[in-house]
Order: sequence, then C-alpha cells, then structure tokens
Amino acid sequence: MLTILFDGIAYGMLLFVLAVGLAVTLGLMNFINLAHGAFAMAGGYVTVLLMQRAGVPFMACLPIAFAFSALLGAVLERTLYRPLYHRPHLDQVLFSIGLVFMAIAGVDYFIGSTQLIVQLPGWLKGRTEIGSGEWRLGMGHYRLFIIAVCGALTVALQYALSHTRFGSRLRASVDDQRVAAGLGINVNVVFLSTFAFGSGLAGLGGALGSEVLGLDPSFPLKYMIYFLIVVAVGGTSSITGPLLAALLLGIADVTGKYYIPKLGAFIVYSVMIVILVWRPQGLFVRQHGKA
Amino acid sequence: MNAERPTDAARPALLRANRWKPWEFALWLAAFAAPLADPSHAALISEIAIVALFAMSLDLVLGYAGIVSLGHAAFFGFGGYCAALFAKHVMPDPLVGLAVGMAAATVLGALCSVTILRGSDLTRLMVTLGVSLIMLELANKLDWLTGGADGLQGITIGPLLGRFEFDLGGRTAVYYSLVVLLVFAILARRLVHSPFGATLMAIRDNRLRAMAIGVPVASRLVAVYTIAAAMAGAAGALLVQTTSFASLDLFEFQRSADVLLILVVGGVGWLYGGVIGAVVFKLMQDTLSAITAQYWTFWLGLFLVLLVLVGRDRLIRPWTWLRRRGRV
Amino acid sequence: MSAPPVASTATVLSALGLVKRFGGIPATDNVTLNLARGARHALIGPNGAGKTTLINLLTGVLDPTEGRIELEGQDITRLAPHQRVRRGLVRTFQINQLFDSLSPLQTLALTVSQQQGLGGKWWQPLGARRSVAERCDQLLEQFRLATVMEQPTRTLSYGKRRLLEIAIALACEPRVLLLDEPVAGVPAGEREELLRTIATLPAEVSVLLIEHDMDIVFSFATRMTVLVNGAVLTEGTPQEISSDERVRAVYLGEEERAPSHA
Repeated sequence: MLTILFDGIAYGMLLFVLAVGLAVTLGLMNFINLAHGAFAMAGGYVTVLLMQRAGVPFMACLPIAFAFSALLGAVLERTLYRPLYHRPHLDQVLFSIGLVFMAIAGVDYFIGSTQLIVQLPGWLKGRTEIGSGEWRLGMGHYRLFIIAVCGALTVALQYALSHTRFGSRLRASVDDQRVAAGLGINVNVVFLSTFAFGSGLAGLGGALGSEVLGLDPSFPLKYMIYFLIVVAVGGTSSITGPLLAALLLGIADVTGKYYIPKLGAFIVYSVMIVILVWRPQGLFVRQHGKA
Repeated sequence: MNAERPTDAARPALLRANRWKPWEFALWLAAFAAPLADPSHAALISEIAIVALFAMSLDLVLGYAGIVSLGHAAFFGFGGYCAALFAKHVMPDPLVGLAVGMAAATVLGALCSVTILRGSDLTRLMVTLGVSLIMLELANKLDWLTGGADGLQGITIGPLLGRFEFDLGGRTAVYYSLVVLLVFAILARRLVHSPFGATLMAIRDNRLRAMAIGVPVASRLVAVYTIAAAMAGAAGALLVQTTSFASLDLFEFQRSADVLLILVVGGVGWLYGGVIGAVVFKLMQDTLSAITAQYWTFWLGLFLVLLVLVGRDRLIRPWTWLRRRGRV
Repeated sequence: MSAPPVASTATVLSALGLVKRFGGIPATDNVTLNLARGARHALIGPNGAGKTTLINLLTGVLDPTEGRIELEGQDITRLAPHQRVRRGLVRTFQINQLFDSLSPLQTLALTVSQQQGLGGKWWQPLGARRSVAERCDQLLEQFRLATVMEQPTRTLSYGKRRLLEIAIALACEPRVLLLDEPVAGVPAGEREELLRTIATLPAEVSVLLIEHDMDIVFSFATRMTVLVNGAVLTEGTPQEISSDERVRAVYLGEEERAPSHA
C-alpha cells in the first residue's frame, strides 16, 4: 500500500510539473490553452528521438527537451497566442483544439502512431525496498528521481515567485494586469517569458515522465483532462494549490487503478465533477482571490 | 415636453422577428428536394441532417444560454446506445426507439444540468468534458451490453410507420432524418423567439441582471440543458437507426469538438448556424477525406486555427482578408 | 440613532442588525435601516462607505454574516434574488448592467413578460400578449427610447443606456425601488429627463436612493441615512442631517469644498 502511495506521489508531482505552466497561463492571461499537452508531447518526443537516433544520454535530453519546448512556446506565444488574449473563451478553446489536432496529425505523419518506448539508463532501472510485510515500501529509482527533480523544481518555483523581481512582477501582472502595466511592468515580456517557461516545464515533464505516461500522438488529448483538473481544482492564484491538486489526483488515479481496475478512470472524473460543482472556484483558492 | 400618445410600434416589431422569412422556406424546400435531385448521395444528406440536429441542440446551450460545452456528445451517444439496445432487445420500431433514445437523453440531461449551473467557463468546460468521458468509459467497460470497442452489432430497424422499409438506397432514412430535423427546428424556433428564449439570452448576456429582473436562472438553465440533451439524444438515435450500428465513437471527444466547430462555422446563436455549418463541414469532410484520408485531422485543426485567428465574419468574406484587421 | 427595529405596516423594508464581513473586515457593520411606505429616502456617505454592499445585501446578491431583512413584514433573508424581485423589491445598478446583444425593445419585453408571469412560456412568441407590448410602448415612450428601440444595446449612447437601466427597473413594477446613483455619468441634457422621471414615480412606490450629489438629495429626499465605514452614523430629515456636526465633518464638509457641478 505504501508503494502505491509512493507511486501516486511520483505521478502527482509529475502532473504538477506538467500542469503548472497551464495554471500560471490561465491565471495570468486568462487564456484557456487546451494545447498545453502538445508542448509536453514535444519534450517527450524530442527526448526519445535524440536517445534512439542520436544516442544522447537521458540526462542530457532533459534540459534539451525543456529548451525545445520553451522555444516553441515563445515562438507560438508571440505569433499566435498573443492576438487572442482578449477573445472570448470559446474562441480560445477552438483555437487550442485546432493546434492539438495539428500537433497530433503532424506527429502521426512524421513519426508514426505507435507508442515509442523509452530506454531508461541503467541507474534508473533499479528499485529499493524498505520495511517488510504490509508496510513494505518499494521505491523504483526512476520514480524516486521524478520526485526529486519535481520537488526541487517546485521549491525553486516557489522561491522564484516570492523572492525575485521577476516573481513579483509576475504576481502583480496576475493580480491586475492594467495596474501592473501602469507601474511600468512590461506585461508583454512577462507573458512571453512565463508562457515559454511554462511550456518548457511541460516539455521537461513530458521527457521526464515519458516512461510512466506513455508516448504516442494522442498524448495531448489523453492527458488534457488531467492537466485541466489540476488547474481547475487547484486554482490559479498560487503554486501550492495546483501542487496539492496534482498530488491528490496522482494518488487517487494510481490507487483507483490498482484496487478497482474496472472503474479506474471513473473515480477521477466523478470526483472532479463533484469537486467542481461543490466549489466552482477550485478547492485551494484564496477566499477572495480572482480565480 | 408634451405627453404624446404612445405609438403601437412594439408589437409588430416583436412579432416580425418570429415570422418565417422567405429564405427559410427556400432552405427547407431545397433540403427536402435534395434527395430527389441526387439520390446517390442520400446517405450523405441523411448524415448532414443528423449532424445539423445535433449542432442545433448545442446552439440552444451555447448560443442562447452561453454555456460552453465540450461534452455534448454524452447525450448524443446515450440516446444512440439506448435506441440501439431498445431495437435489439425489445422492439425494432424506429419511432418508439427514437422516443426511448430521447427519453433516456432527457433524463441524463436533467441530471447533468446540475453541474453546469455554477462556475466559470473553464469549470463548465471541464464538467461537460468529464461527463462525456465518463459515458465513454461506461460504454467501454460495460462491453457485455454495448459491444465495447467492437460496437453493437445485429441491430435491425423495423419499417417506419409500419410501411417504409429502411432500404439500402437510403431513401427512407434520409426523409426520416429530414422530417425529424424539421420538427425539432420548428419547435426550437418557437422556443428561442418566446419569452423563455428571451430570458435565456438575458442569462447569457448578463446573469446578474437576469436575476435582478426576477428570472429564475437555475431552473431556466436546467430546462434548456435538458431540452438540448433530448434533441442531441434524438440525433444520436437517428444515426444509430439509419446506420444500424452503434459504437464508442458516438461518445468520443472528436464528436463534441466537431459539433462545436460546426456551430461556430455556421454561426452561433441564430439556430440555422447548425444547419449551415453541418452542410459546409460534411461537404468539406467528404471532399478532403477523398484526397487525404488519414490526415483529415490536420486540415481540420488548421482550419480551426485560421477560423479563430481570422475571425468567422472575415472568413466568409474573402475580400477582407487582405485588408488590415482594424483595432478592436 | 434610529428608532428601535419594530416592523410596522408603515415600514415596507427593514434591515435589522445587518453585518457583512469579508475575512475580518466588516463591510457592513450592524446596520439597521427602516424604509417607510411611500418613502423618498436617501442613503449617503463617502466613497467606500458600503452603500452598494448594503444594496447587494438587501437584494440577495450577497448573504449577510448576521442580521435579518424584512419585506412587508416577512423575513426574506433566505430568499434568492429573483424571488425578492417577484415580491416587488427591485434595484438599479451603479454601473449599467444591460443585455448588450438585445435591443431595448427586447429587453423591456422580456422584463415585462417575466414580471407578468410569462417568462417561462415557450410556445407563444415574445410580444404576442398585448399587455406586454402596450407596457413596452409606454416605457419606451416615457424614457425616450422609442427611436432606438430596435438597436442592440451595445450601440447606444451612455445616456440612453442609463435610461434603459432605470426603465428595466420600472418594468418590474417595483413596490420598493433601490436606486444606486441613477444619474452617475449621465450628460447634462439627459440628466433632467431622468431626474424628472424619478421625481414623478408613483407615490405608492417606496424609494431608497444612493446619491452623491447633494442638490439632488435635498430636492428629492424626505429622510436621509448617513453611512460611514459600513455603519450608520445618523438618520433624520435633510434639515437635521445638514446641521449635524459629525455629518458635516465626515461628508458634507468635503462637498462644500468641492466646486459645485451641473
């Protein structure tokens, strides 16, 4: 049981890193970007292709995946997303769905529709067992690595938000865009860098988690709902909200699929609906924050 | 300022909106004449009619009540599967099956309407998506009932009204679909031009003010969502009955996304948008699929992106493409 | 302070010990206010005093943390906003809340229909009932909106939009009308129209007016309540209020220093 919990935490942290960019984008630009998963997919595919065709080691692929997705995000933000910030949500939904369709078809065409297998480096393939009997905790090294990296990222993000100049500019822009601009904060630059960074994180998450999540062209659609859950339940006014939501989701999903495999996904969807109906603003939102 | 006697301009102006325009008659005439003019494409016309009905039902929710739904296929699929199961296990009469499919979708709609009452666009998007995903999972997991991924086979549909067999040429099917579409179009038209419809639009434009003039927002939304679900369920039942097949793609995300696109292309909020959009979409799909069968989604995606970037109004007026877009 | 909170037939709307806290801050602090039948009652106070919050509490847009609200002697604290409107408690908004894609005609027609109990009818077209159409004609005429009656609301000038804002409230056939700064931002020409309409409201309608312009307040109101920092400072006739030292200090004093405006 502890192992399930452990796996769930790893999954949850991965989901957090994947979805945090979406949470910030939504909170900052009020833009519903359903194509966020495509950036994660890009990171995953870059990693696998580099490893398989160019023999690049796994560890080196991670920052490359981040950079690639960040660059992709920056370019798309500047050209396609920016004109759409003030459009109605319906338009944004349709636009991002269109991007997803293009991404899926594109990957299908150039790479093929079969799922790609990631070959993890040897040192990540191991497993450490602690305890015994009921309380045995089996920690796969790969998942341990995921938790470590994601945990470090989370801490770094929290620090950056609260202790750096950029962080305060970002928080100001999220709270009130017009006032922030009036204070001389270059909102465009904040948006661009945030979007790029969020996409980069998604790419990193896609690369890091490619073995757990499964890499095929339908990735963005498969996981879209999970990212959306993290954002909608966790709220967009903090980092800890989505983190808690992601952990909850990860644990619920893994536990559900293990104990009641017939009903696996149900539990997640049903709980999500119940939560959103009960607390439409999300579970972890500040009382009077703008969600 | 002297007090003039009020003119009686209000009544005629209001009633004018409800009167049938000449082009509407022309459209329906053309629709019903099309299978006669081109009998080889009867199946395609039937599909268009069914998709138009589906899109029209979404228009009630999206265009008139302002609810963004990414999961309308839940009702389409539920109506379809129930009609299929009814035909297979109980009775093959199509009209009764249609009623059963509609009734089932109505119940589901009423239940789910609770979920869309509160929350932002994002939360509503998610709960609607969530419901359709749950339905998809259900259909998948209950494969002893639904046939799972293979689909439900062995559905035979009896003759319509006891007389008209569903022939391979599709003649019966296309007129069946067209008549059902017309009936619902007339009903929906009356609905949107009524005080009920006007209060829906008020809720869409400004929910706070709608409450402040005494409109019971929650019960109106429940009502329209349920009605839209019934119509979507009818469309699903029609599809299953005219193709004698039901499969998981009735519930798939692609279907919800497609119908959203269709409605946006045709125009949201004027009821005929669903019809126009269905014609355009299906014709496009037909021709493009012949050229590039596998990568239809790519072109669809590209179309969506362009549609949003350029804006629907400009898209249908090609001469404006080269003019610079004015500052909004 | 005002009279003890006793609901009598002469009082049509009462707020009894209303408190609204956001977090730790009381936006409304133990407010007791009685609106007499046929009243012309003004609610004044500096910006941020909580006047609009009080209106939101009275109409049900916000739920009070403590306290009761009574309409015609009946407790309406638990009633939803639309139910209060059905009982005749109607408000206007300080910032126009209109239906941008609908025309004034449609807006008024749907309001009148809703008020006449036809809001849920789906078979008959909007405007089929003569009683609805006639009332629309009256209102369009009264508020000088007849010439623009079929244009979408978003295309109208600010003055016309404000007129529509008030017209909608009257279309609800209010028994108690809460006006939140009705002439705010209205250009001079249309101001007089609007003020005349407010001045000639039927005597049975009880009116609570939030207003900053003291000229309007003094010409309209027979009773005034002063709200400061969410609490009632004092209440009385305009003469009593204008000679009250504390009110001068808090509110009227600032007004005198400001240049008078049209």
